[in-house]
Amino acid sequence: MTISREDIEKVAVLARIRVDDEQVSALEKDLGNILDLVDQLGAADTDSVAPMAHPLDAVQRLRADEVTETNQREAFQAIAPATENGLYLVPRVIE
Amino acid sequence: MHSKSVAELSRDLESRKVSSVELTQEFLDRIKREDSKYNSFITVTEEQALADARMADEQRAAGNATAWTGVPFAHKDIFCTNGVRTTCGSKMLENFVPPYDATVTANFRQAGAVCLGKTNMDEFAMGSSNENSYFGAVTNPWGLSEGSKRVPGGSSGGSAAAVAARLTPAATATDTGGSIRQPAALCGVTGLKPTYGRVSRYGMIAFASSLDQGGTMARTAEDNALMLNVMAGFDPKDSTSIDREVPDYTATLNEPLKGLKIGLPKEYFSDQLSPAMEQQVRNAIKEYEKQGATVKEVSLPNAKLAIAAYYVIAPAEASANLSRFDGVRYGYRCEDPKDLMDLYTRSRAEGFGEEVKRRILVGTYALSAGYFDAYYLKAQKVRRLIQQDFINAFKEVDVLMSPTTPSPAFIQGEKTSDPVTMYLEDVFTIAINLAGVPAMSVPAGFVDGLPVGLQIIGDYFSEARLLNAAHQFQQVTDWHQREPQ
Repeated sequence: MTISREDIEKVAVLARIRVDDEQVSALEKDLGNILDLVDQLGAADTDSVAPMAHPLDAVQRLRADEVTETNQREAFQAIAPATENGLYLVPRVIE
Repeated sequence: MHSKSVAELSRDLESRKVSSVELTQEFLDRIKREDSKYNSFITVTEEQALADARMADEQRAAGNATAWTGVPFAHKDIFCTNGVRTTCGSKMLENFVPPYDATVTANFRQAGAVCLGKTNMDEFAMGSSNENSYFGAVTNPWGLSEGSKRVPGGSSGGSAAAVAARLTPAATATDTGGSIRQPAALCGVTGLKPTYGRVSRYGMIAFASSLDQGGTMARTAEDNALMLNVMAGFDPKDSTSIDREVPDYTATLNEPLKGLKIGLPKEYFSDQLSPAMEQQVRNAIKEYEKQGATVKEVSLPNAKLAIAAYYVIAPAEASANLSRFDGVRYGYRCEDPKDLMDLYTRSRAEGFGEEVKRRILVGTYALSAGYFDAYYLKAQKVRRLIQQDFINAFKEVDVLMSPTTPSPAFIQGEKTSDPVTMYLEDVFTIAINLAGVPAMSVPAGFVDGLPVGLQIIGDYFSEARLLNAAHQFQQVTDWHQREPQ
């Protein structure tokens, strides 16, 4: 399985990771090698096999819809790169 | 003192032979003196450790002690520690000070243990050599005297190297594809990856959530049991935690092994294994036979697909888990972002290392429209086939034994040029995570002066039996007591 330059550029956008032009060739090779390894899966007969998400087939527990956590906004925002008046600051989105 | 086990130190504290402050100071001094050779710690919490030690001594004096009160240990830098920087080996979290404790952290705090600091690791637990840490590679204490700088394994390489070098008697660790067992094997220490769901993942920075499991590392099986006693248990804060009674793992360490049925998976004694390694592992298994265990060959026919399935499932889950690092709420943010997209893409490009980015990209690809069924769903189906192999094997035998790794610790830089070469390092450990069963690595000999690990694999929730088997082996061997020169 090869992965094209266009695939890598598309995936980089989806993953929100900037990939510079000079990095693409190395990624083409490394990701291609990883996908070659992964292609061994094609040999397995899995027609009647159910996918496995949890080793003990446990399902998500439900709990009563009650407020149990206390608000710790200040503690959480103290470690943010930029905040103002309890809000997280990012570059302007709407002009 | 620094060569004593947790169990011995606990007794010495109880009999007032030593105080926690003295003990803690001794280990802190050792770290200061020795760790420049290994780089096994990212952060040393000297002041906090001494304050905790003073409190532990007061608790002992007041008669409120647990086995752990005043005993020093270290946390892999993946467990969140309230008020203490937690980096996960990444530039992304270089200055991250969590406002809360992981459940595992809280458990050790509750037990009165004294945390010396946070150990080095591959970035976001992705790696098998500890060369992917933003804070520099860790050097294996073994092999240094011959002048070779070898890897300690990974991702819990800092924990393994620190325990091997006697900088701490014990350290927490995590294992997603072999990250406890492989470094334990390469550094000659004892490590346990429990059953998936046995130890809470809350506050343990996530890599691949359906595979990640916190566990233990120390020199003896008994110390691993003492650690698991503190770590195991149901946690409502972890949605995949299992609600099941926790036994006292030290209570059954001395059970005789007579009649223990050992299976040797023939796929794990393949030509990937060096003959010298195989000899050491076979010798170890003979010790078990001497104690009355029986041995038979078994097969895990789908084990050969484990690495392929893992390198879909783990990157896919990583790509989802690591999407939280966006440069907005915490963690690294790039300089002067020109717009929101630039902030996201540049913060992530600059904050993550190469291996982490590769895995996020592979995972994003495997989950993207048109590829989900062919990759992720297919890998999850193969995962069930792999699990079924283990279920079938445990109908015939009590435990499986194999080498932990195909070869001993390799030289730094030897496997960094191609990621796939590094991935093959976990060929004997990865299927265990996919199945979710527990497994240990126990020191079982040396090849060319480098430690060899025996892997012992058990059925779900058989940690007590694994620890018993490892402990009995350690009563008749001294591989785990050997110290690197």
